[in-house]
Amino acid sequence: MKLTVWTYEGPPHVGAMRVATAMKGLHYVLHAPQGDTYADLLFTMIERRNHRPPVSYTTFQARDLGADTATLFKKSCQDAVDRFNPEAIIVGASCTAELIQDDPAGLAETMGLSIPVIALELPSYSRKENFGADETFYQIVKALAKPQERTARITCNILGPTALGFRARDDVEELTGLLSEMGIDVNVVAPLNATPTDIARLPAAHFNVLLSPETGEAAARFLEKNHDQPFTKVVPIGVGATRDFMAEVAGITGVSGKIDESRLRLPWWSRSVDSTYLTGKRVFIFGDGTHVAAHARIARDEMGFEVVGIGCYNREMARPIRTLAKEYGVEAFITDDYLEVEAAIERLSPEMILGTQMERHIGKRLGIPCAVISAPVHVQDFPARYSPQVGFEGANVIFDTLIHPLVMGLEEHLLTMFRDDFEFHDAAGPSHHGGHSPKPNEDASGGDISAPKKDEVVPDNIIWLSDAERELKKIPFFVRGKARRNTETFAVEKGLHEISLDTLYEAKAHYAR
Amino acid sequence: MNAPLPPTNGGCRTAPVLKERGQREVFCGLTGIIWLHRKMQDAFFLVVGSRTCAHLLQSAAGVMIFAEPRFGTAILEEQDLAGMADAHVELDREVARLLARRPDIRQLFLVGSCPSEVIKIDLARAAERLSQVHAPHVRVLNYSGSGIETTFTEGEDACLASMVPVLKNTTERELLLVGALPDVVEDQMVSLLTDMGIGPIRLLPARRIDDTTAVGENTVFALTQPFLGTTHAELERRGARHLAAPFPFGDEGTTAWLRVIATEFGVSEETFESVTAAPRARARKAIAQAAEALRGKSVFFFPDSQLEIPLARFLTRECGMTAIEVGSPYIHDALHGPDLDLLPAGPQISEGQDVDRQLDRARAARPDLTVCGLGLANPLEAEGLTTKWAIELVFTPVHFYEQAGDLAGLFSRPVRRKSVLHMEAAE
Repeated sequence: MKLTVWTYEGPPHVGAMRVATAMKGLHYVLHAPQGDTYADLLFTMIERRNHRPPVSYTTFQARDLGADTATLFKKSCQDAVDRFNPEAIIVGASCTAELIQDDPAGLAETMGLSIPVIALELPSYSRKENFGADETFYQIVKALAKPQERTARITCNILGPTALGFRARDDVEELTGLLSEMGIDVNVVAPLNATPTDIARLPAAHFNVLLSPETGEAAARFLEKNHDQPFTKVVPIGVGATRDFMAEVAGITGVSGKIDESRLRLPWWSRSVDSTYLTGKRVFIFGDGTHVAAHARIARDEMGFEVVGIGCYNREMARPIRTLAKEYGVEAFITDDYLEVEAAIERLSPEMILGTQMERHIGKRLGIPCAVISAPVHVQDFPARYSPQVGFEGANVIFDTLIHPLVMGLEEHLLTMFRDDFEFHDAAGPSHHGGHSPKPNEDASGGDISAPKKDEVVPDNIIWLSDAERELKKIPFFVRGKARRNTETFAVEKGLHEISLDTLYEAKAHYAR
Repeated sequence: MNAPLPPTNGGCRTAPVLKERGQREVFCGLTGIIWLHRKMQDAFFLVVGSRTCAHLLQSAAGVMIFAEPRFGTAILEEQDLAGMADAHVELDREVARLLARRPDIRQLFLVGSCPSEVIKIDLARAAERLSQVHAPHVRVLNYSGSGIETTFTEGEDACLASMVPVLKNTTERELLLVGALPDVVEDQMVSLLTDMGIGPIRLLPARRIDDTTAVGENTVFALTQPFLGTTHAELERRGARHLAAPFPFGDEGTTAWLRVIATEFGVSEETFESVTAAPRARARKAIAQAAEALRGKSVFFFPDSQLEIPLARFLTRECGMTAIEVGSPYIHDALHGPDLDLLPAGPQISEGQDVDRQLDRARAARPDLTVCGLGLANPLEAEGLTTKWAIELVFTPVHFYEQAGDLAGLFSRPVRRKSVLHMEAAE
């Protein structure tokens, strides 16, 4: 038993819903109690989908438990097939139905339905959403993919994009364009917008592009083993990764790995002098393993940031993220406990967070700007405009995304120079954020009655003298926390019990880079 | 004093009810925690459940209430199910850890979920044990918010019902007002009644545990929410008497609700008029403005919160709408009867749900406004219907005179929005 306040991932049957909802012509019959239908709103509200997810819930109640929930399941199955006329159905149980052990797979098999019935075994009490999506997609591919001739032209499948994925819609479009420029056609994209008939055609492609390992890797491995289709290991997020990806594709197919780069703007935007202020900005990166790995490389090699910590919430990616952390010489945080993530961020006091919606809130609390780079997602993460993450346009989009939360170069200096200006003061936040400027001390929730922010906790044996304290207040808010902690750490190291104006500036010199 | 006039064509109290069973597109009772934890400022809600429960709680409100909220989920893991760990020992450990970190917590609710009910974790026993351990500083109660037993707002009902047996006894003649309302609305309600000379007034839930809410044979109580059937039964068991009334939505509902209480306490007509005249006039004016867009339009209610019948009464009688179907998850005559009496005959009254069949009926009827849950709203909008998300009716201050215009506004906004958007070429 573990006390959880917020979770990064839902239960595995929500992962299965992400696959079912992404597809067409497929229906999911879910043995579940009343209330599990809440998951529909993830798709209809957060993603603004204009159709209900293709899911029938058996909706059993307490009074059914003593009676016959198995019959209820069979009726739901039959009703779903009659009403929605799907090409195939997937059947499974949510966490509660798993406990009553009705065996949806066995029940559905005995019904003699004329369409394929794919059974899912998703252990709700040990696994989570990404596993559920990956396993569901794998089971669908395993059941439906048919051995067949390769297409005459060089083609690939794009595997992994699901409903509620982070920018999946635009990533598919960008990637399709990139491949097309390289002279490669896309045979099938799956699960997003694929039908069961499309799944059957997967083996016609020459290879697979694994766009989201979190949700497509099991299927890619299956197709490699059983249908002799190699799959790409590089996810093309960032300039370097996109070039590596093209080289990898060239290696698999023999096509030329070069395409027109005139649309790629990140390298010049990053080299132009305005970006000098980005140099060495300390960033903390947290999210799903794939996006974190990609952003670590972008942050260090393409933006010139300093990566101070990385981590992921999906344990399946623990090993690669640990290896990567070692390579970057930083700590790896593998946890799905947001309080641990928050503690790590407080301790490392980065200047920016690249994270999920959870870290955005942590950043709000600590007064640290945050750019969202990974699921779990919010309605804001489904922009109306085209905003892919992969390929060259993805790199352009990411450049904008990463600098948007920051105070811009000259503005940073002006804030320092005219720190007492009544309009142009630091608490007003970055000027381009208008009415939504972050106010570090604001707590919108009203529900928080936990300990005071770490920022205000001074180590027991240290006293700030008033001139130093006044000087500290003049430092812009986005570096004030760091200055305070650095000075205190410096004082502790030097065995000082009082912080004077001199101590403050000695510490500044000590940490200068 | 004049009660509101029943409709000339008869009401809906004796109308045949379409009872349906099937897939229900509703929340479970855990959802109530989203507003209850804000209402009771010294309470913590600990759900004993699965990852699904935790995911529901953070998804249901649509936004995250991020700074540490006063609720959490003790997630059952494989070892809890396999009997490798004693659930009670684990629960005691988690509760001790929580209370050590949050000394401000004075009441702890252990909330049962579908998995904890199915594997029969005895939370009543756990609450009793933990109460002994942590008394007198913390009181531990339990209720079930599981989907197999409760539908959406029934979670609040179960929570309040769990508090009734531990309320102090009183022989005083007191008015007990039952139901969690936003503080601003609660203050308005209390001041209306106080101005009529009615008192002492007690509230359930009280904002904090130390408040003086008590119950006994001389207590009379009024419900402010139409979904408190179990709490109603528990209070009657303690000897309290229910004042049945239409619910205080809109000018007419608020007046009728206040009038039932005023009559019980012997308030004169002059006093009643002097207290209610000004806010009534304001409410009428505000409703009239917002209702312009609603007059002559039809409305279809999917079942959600049990607010449907009183709201249909408000929309038909005060906003000039016609109801096509009024669906409610459950209908209790003792609670909903007075509103059904006033709801003009005509609409199909339905209880329970088979969502696909009900969607068929809605599509056939093409109502001007469909009130439904978040899972259905966008899909129906995409089919050209205009919708109002039902959950907003539970999360927004809508009771009593000063909010009557806002309530009408919640329904008129989607209708107006449709008429203001123009994306065709200018010619």
